[in-house]
Amino acid sequence: MPNTATENKENKTAPMPSTMSVVAPAIGWLIPGAGHLAQKRWIRGLLLMVSIVSMYLLGLAMQGHVYKPNGGDILDMLGFVGDLGAGGLYIITRANDWGQGLISHATADYGTKFLIVAGLLNFISVADAYHIAIGKKP
Amino acid sequence: MPAITLTHFSAALVFALFASVVFGITQRSTARDQVRYGLYCFAMFIGGVFVAGWAMWLIRR
Repeated sequence: MPNTATENKENKTAPMPSTMSVVAPAIGWLIPGAGHLAQKRWIRGLLLMVSIVSMYLLGLAMQGHVYKPNGGDILDMLGFVGDLGAGGLYIITRANDWGQGLISHATADYGTKFLIVAGLLNFISVADAYHIAIGKKP
Repeated sequence: MPAITLTHFSAALVFALFASVVFGITQRSTARDQVRYGLYCFAMFIGGVFVAGWAMWLIRR
């Protein structure tokens, strides 16, 4: 039979996840930086938003290629996972059929990398928003 | 979307700037540490560009 004192101690050390720990990563994924803004980390949120959105838009402007889920090739699938990290930006891009750039010059390939890295950076930003929400980071 | 053509170096510079900002904010807790780590990452990115550039120059010779 479990000890009641031990149960009480476990309940104290493992608090229930707050609503913010679910909401912040979700909106942070959808709108880069919004997870921080929702938790009143204004400067951090704005810097993350400007950095990730600028990088993504520059990637598009450089005629970068946006990957689709059914790429077939394993590298295309990995590219899709990276692109998907940009959340709402990726959805808007696909909805408008942007990112179909032909690789006509060397920096267009950089554009593709900008798009993927912007998505991956947003994944890091989402994880950070979660850590703030659960109190692991100030 | 309007098309932009960046040079290799300016593309690397912009990449380093944005990636460093995100790394600095997400990988450190205090504001001071975030700035320091962001600057460190930026310096490493740009340093890496020059090292890679000179390495390619040496290989080509």
